[in-house]
Amino acid sequence: MPTFNLKINNETHSVEADMDTPLLWVLRDKINLVGTKFGCGIGQCGSCTVHVDGNAMRSCLLQVSQAEGMDITTIEGLSENGDHVVQQAWKEVDVPQCGYCQAGQIMTASAFLNNNPNPSESEIRNAMHGNICRCAAYNSIEEAVKLASEKLS
Amino acid sequence: MTPSKKLTFSRRSFLKTSALAGGGIIIGFNLFNSCKSDVKPAIDLSQLNYNDFNAFIKISPEGKVTIFSPNPEIGQGVKTSMPMIIAEELEVAWEDVYVVQAPLDTANYNRQVAGGSQSIRHGWTALRQTGATAKQMLVNAAAAKWGVDASECSVKEGVISNAKGETFNYGDVVNEAATLEIPEEVSLKDPNDFTIIGQGKGNVDIDRIITGKPLFGLDYKVEGMLYASVLRPPAFGQKLESYDASAAKSLPGVVDVITIGKKVRAYNEAGNRNWSMVMSDSDKVVVIAKTTWDAFKGKKALKAVWKTDTPLESTEKHDEILNGLLTGKEFNTRRKDGDVAKAFANADKVIERVYESPFLPHNTLEPMNFFADVTDEKVNLVGPVQTPESAQKVVADLLGRDIETVSVDMTRMGGGFGRRLYGDFVYEAAEISDAIRKPIKMVSSREDDMTTGVYRPAIKYRIAASIKDGKLTGYHLKEAAVNSNMYGLIPNFFPAGAVENYQVDTANYRSNITTGAWRAPYTNFLASAEQSFFDELAEELGVDRVKLHMDLLENVKNNPDPKIEYSPERLQGVLKLAVEKSNWGKSESGVYQGLSVYYCHNTHVAEVADITMENGIPSVKKVTCAIDCGIVINPLGAMNQCKGGVLDGIGHAMYSDFGFSNGVPQSNNFNSYQLIRMGQTPKVDIHFIENDIDPTGLGEPTLPPVGAAVANAIYKATGKRLTKQPYMSNMNVEEKILG
Ligand code: FES
Ligand code: FES
Repeated sequence: MPTFNLKINNETHSVEADMDTPLLWVLRDKINLVGTKFGCGIGQCGSCTVHVDGNAMRSCLLQVSQAEGMDITTIEGLSENGDHVVQQAWKEVDVPQCGYCQAGQIMTASAFLNNNPNPSESEIRNAMHGNICRCAAYNSIEEAVKLASEKLS
Repeated sequence: MTPSKKLTFSRRSFLKTSALAGGGIIIGFNLFNSCKSDVKPAIDLSQLNYNDFNAFIKISPEGKVTIFSPNPEIGQGVKTSMPMIIAEELEVAWEDVYVVQAPLDTANYNRQVAGGSQSIRHGWTALRQTGATAKQMLVNAAAAKWGVDASECSVKEGVISNAKGETFNYGDVVNEAATLEIPEEVSLKDPNDFTIIGQGKGNVDIDRIITGKPLFGLDYKVEGMLYASVLRPPAFGQKLESYDASAAKSLPGVVDVITIGKKVRAYNEAGNRNWSMVMSDSDKVVVIAKTTWDAFKGKKALKAVWKTDTPLESTEKHDEILNGLLTGKEFNTRRKDGDVAKAFANADKVIERVYESPFLPHNTLEPMNFFADVTDEKVNLVGPVQTPESAQKVVADLLGRDIETVSVDMTRMGGGFGRRLYGDFVYEAAEISDAIRKPIKMVSSREDDMTTGVYRPAIKYRIAASIKDGKLTGYHLKEAAVNSNMYGLIPNFFPAGAVENYQVDTANYRSNITTGAWRAPYTNFLASAEQSFFDELAEELGVDRVKLHMDLLENVKNNPDPKIEYSPERLQGVLKLAVEKSNWGKSESGVYQGLSVYYCHNTHVAEVADITMENGIPSVKKVTCAIDCGIVINPLGAMNQCKGGVLDGIGHAMYSDFGFSNGVPQSNNFNSYQLIRMGQTPKVDIHFIENDIDPTGLGEPTLPPVGAAVANAIYKATGKRLTKQPYMSNMNVEEKILG
């Protein structure tokens, strides 16, 4: 099996894996970063969202061989102490129900606000449309993204 | 604090305390025994240890309070709300309380099952008594130290004071308290004095969730654990004939390929099959691998040959069969008041409609998975299951072990919705680990999860009503469902008691497709059917929709039938509140409103949907929801639950469809199955009725009514009555909402 050097949360990890292994499973099963979640495996739910060079990407669709040389951030590396403005907003609004989708929601929201710190309501709804929350905590997610954007401005 | 009621209870029936070896006190109670008052377990304090009674409250000499939350957490917030009830009566600051998920101990926990929105309802009084008793013992200990009467002491936030102004922290007196008799009589607080209950408290796992810490079943792992992916029959009605694993075995990450199924078959053949055993009797091929991906890949490389065992069914066939049942004569009459046949014969007019709903998978976002480690000595099971007690028992029987050697630990669950009541995935994990004697985790892919589910059954209702002299004189509801029918008191829900001639009949068809409970079983669609029908009925009668409902509920007040458990007053209350808060009948132009009122899971709900039409497509803008669930323990959690229920209800009523062809499910992932997404969601505006009535469930009751609220609003906008879910497929409009 080939070896890949991955830069994740500012640390370099050397992992052996098949070329076609999705980054998601490398993170979860090989590096023990289980915060990134598996929901569909086909890019439809957003549970597995990570930042790749600052952009939100679905780690279930990104093969480990493509991830080499990229700057990858997972939910575990989003902030030192869980105090990223989006995480704070999530806590203030008390967004999670079961909580399973929330890492993906937070990663999508944080990358989005990075590019657009002052979004309109419809921009927020569009940006978050790709992330499924089966518990349908959508009102709270929307409110928390808005709160985070207010904290930013 | 003014104690409101003195409450005497037989302490020996359910409370136990013990001093902890390292100092401190642990207080446990046994709800299970409290239900059977004749059972009096011998209490020998010296014999008690932590494992014996799985205490709910532990107070250390440092004054730290740990509350063990007994109920599995599936997102309904009981891991927060149940400890809140204890902390309230214990008089401690919520910030000083640490909450942990208690491991399974069925001997000491009553109803350790998350389902049916009943967790809070069953635990309410006992949890309060436990907290109050613990407080009283600490106060008694302090009073004894001071040499004063306990009644002269007061408590605030874990600090006991006497009349002279001296104070003790709880931690100062725990060791003394542990040696005291358990008081026979304690006072419960007046709900007006609650400082924790009724205050919004954040999810206790929030920090771990937002930082991605391991929390869920899928996150659990131990050293040396392998991953297992299970190939199950692709069609309902098929069985494994043969398979070729050579390609799979040649993959580098694959460790082994085995088959399972024998244990489950033997168990079923011995006549043990129980409700939780919703799984095919076929052999299944299991790929064991080093990572989840290796296991998934290995499964794809398997070549299996399947044989047809029982007929392969399709949606067209189901439609035909259910329609046949509705027009047939074979029914089970579930409630009969007066004489509907006579009312229909004498009517000026009869209206009759058929309402239809598809099968639905649960699609918890965390797919089914479970950890099992079977050794010669013991069986260790860990994961997300709503019924640990039954899982433990079945696994013990399945593997021929003593139940004491089987342990089940619960993880947080990435959604339940009824799916995790069933133990099929636990039994598979146990059988796999038993075969290879290694710790494994069985992980379903989304495709596995969606195509080998335990579905909400497809159901059709035929509702007919008779009108005579401008009044509703008869109501006849027939249900045709796959596998099973409405249960319990549902046939006695509204409009039972409101209409003189009333009848509910049910019929079912036995299918080989596995079906089961799905968030608000039966009522999740029955409410849509019934409340759409009443909208049409009001129009037919030429009566205002709200007035019709108010008047019908008035009839129920004079009907002393113990089977009618809904309260007409409380239904009228939520209806009034929803009408007021939604500006019913006064919406701006272009906004259409629909109303729905429903009682289920002991909770009364009224909802108004506001919709607009955009390019011929309905868009739900707002849902106003009035709820009477008694005392609201955690408004923040309750709000989340209720909003989620409304949006979940809209999503499934509008968009989600699931059919079969030749026994094969026609959707297998979120590219072919639509779940509601943010762009489709309205704002949900929740209003709770304030009262002092004991709390009832919130996980389910806001879901059932919303389908009809939306359908009734769409009718106002388009003049089209929608009777078949999902509504969007039935409107001849195309809307792509896939990601
Ligand atoms: S798991 Fe990657 S998008 Fe669903
Ligand atoms: S909180 Fe459960 S899936 Fe989003």
